Amino acid sequence: MRDQVLRLITGLAALVAGLLLLLILAELVRASWPALTGLPVKAWLFSGHWAPGDGQFGLGAMLASSLAVSVLALAIAAPAGILIGAWLHLSAPAWIAVPLRALQGVMAGIPSVVYGFWGLITLVPLVNQWAPPGAVLITAVLVLALMILPLSVLVTDAALHQVPARSLQAARALALSRWGTFRQVMWPTVRGSIASGVVLQFGRALGETLAVLMVAGNVIRWPGSLTEPVRTITANIALEMGYASGLHSQVLFLSGLILLLLVMACMLLVRGGLRG
Amino acid sequence: MSLKNEKIKIAVNDLNLFYGKDQALKGVNLEVAENKVTAFIGPSGCGKSTLLRCFNRMNDLVDICRIEGEIMLDGENIYQKGIDVAELRRSVGMVFQKPNPFPKSIYENVAYGLRLQGVKSKRILDEAVEEALQGAALWDEVKDRLDVNAFGLSGGQQQRLVIARAIAIQPDVLLLDEPASALDPISTLKIEELIHQLKERFTILIVTHNMQQAARVSDYTAFMYMGDMVEFGKTNDIFTNPTKKQTEDYITGRYG
Repeated sequence: MRDQVLRLITGLAALVAGLLLLLILAELVRASWPALTGLPVKAWLFSGHWAPGDGQFGLGAMLASSLAVSVLALAIAAPAGILIGAWLHLSAPAWIAVPLRALQGVMAGIPSVVYGFWGLITLVPLVNQWAPPGAVLITAVLVLALMILPLSVLVTDAALHQVPARSLQAARALALSRWGTFRQVMWPTVRGSIASGVVLQFGRALGETLAVLMVAGNVIRWPGSLTEPVRTITANIALEMGYASGLHSQVLFLSGLILLLLVMACMLLVRGGLRG
Repeated sequence: MSLKNEKIKIAVNDLNLFYGKDQALKGVNLEVAENKVTAFIGPSGCGKSTLLRCFNRMNDLVDICRIEGEIMLDGENIYQKGIDVAELRRSVGMVFQKPNPFPKSIYENVAYGLRLQGVKSKRILDEAVEEALQGAALWDEVKDRLDVNAFGLSGGQQQRLVIARAIAIQPDVLLLDEPASALDPISTLKIEELIHQLKERFTILIVTHNMQQAARVSDYTAFMYMGDMVEFGKTNDIFTNPTKKQTEDYITGRYG
């Protein structure tokens, strides 16, 4: 009896969660439908020309900027996180490892606006000395990398804890060095979960709005240089949603739909990877 | 007991081992004959596995573990200062209770230790892998799928694989820590037959709580109880004519 009640409640919860996602998806499609059917694909997907007042709705440059910022941030944070996580697990003395782990947890929980604020106050003036106006692509990349780093560290650390003790024992009996044990025994065991973690972090990076908005400069252009301002697709929604109407608003919904589909593709990749 | 007509490979002299305040090994003395199988039997917690782990210094990583006395391997004390533990573990291989292959292909598992020593030649590796798998009586079963993941093998095959991995680096001594206790009877039989073949090339020390197994595979048997080496002698003598009451009680199944 209890089991059945529990099954019912959990089943309902799962159903609601699934339905919500479907509803969001349906609402995004509905709200962007006129734009989807009214505008040719190349006018919104491939064009970089965004001038809603003149009927130009090219999302391409902002999409590319979103991807560029996320990929670059990940390129910094993922390897760094894996190295720090491995060091935490393998060589760090307990008096460092314990507080550092706790710190990573705290860092992962800091609201993104705080990162953005820090970036605006500290990083932007710093970058400005070398690449004015300071609020440029690389600044956004650095802030975002800093935000993802704790996730990357924690995922790596947790994955390494799953390496079976008897594999480690075998490594010891075969006289493997610490590094050899990591590379030969631990890495092959954990690389799947770490790769999943990286994809999830990519989804997180892609969706991050506020911190990036605060430091990226928000000029709409194709990302061509680290030292020029860019506007990400999420920043664009946040900046323009308040006053957009008509086709303008519908294209903003469309950009949200694209983002959601991208993130869902990431999740599918993770699921597929876990199964494979 | 001192071994007659045998070449002594290992001599344990007054070995004491402490975990914190608990003494796990109490003044153990023992000689191990070359190219023979020496079995350690005794009830759980008697110190037989702890003793086995002294021979390749696997206890070193336990922080609270302290060791007194000496273990002479080919006349050299493996606990003296300046001993290269990695070098020691290359000459003293170990196989554990549960098979523990690496998450790699069958080939890479066996080639592993050789790669570690810097062997790069494909030809040498191929030969060594085949020889080790032959030696572990696994070659015929896996020769057509050397590149599949080792986790796909059965438990018994995995155990023979880790034996192949251990012998591929040509150690002198093999430590087997209850190597068949997690296996089915047929796999167990294969491991026991394998031990018979392996002693031609290696000095073997085996811990087992299966007395029939000790009787079947070993030349010498040591009975341990509560950290003491109670009795040591030819396996035949220990099982047919034990001199100590404790030994007799154990092998006749009165406790343990």
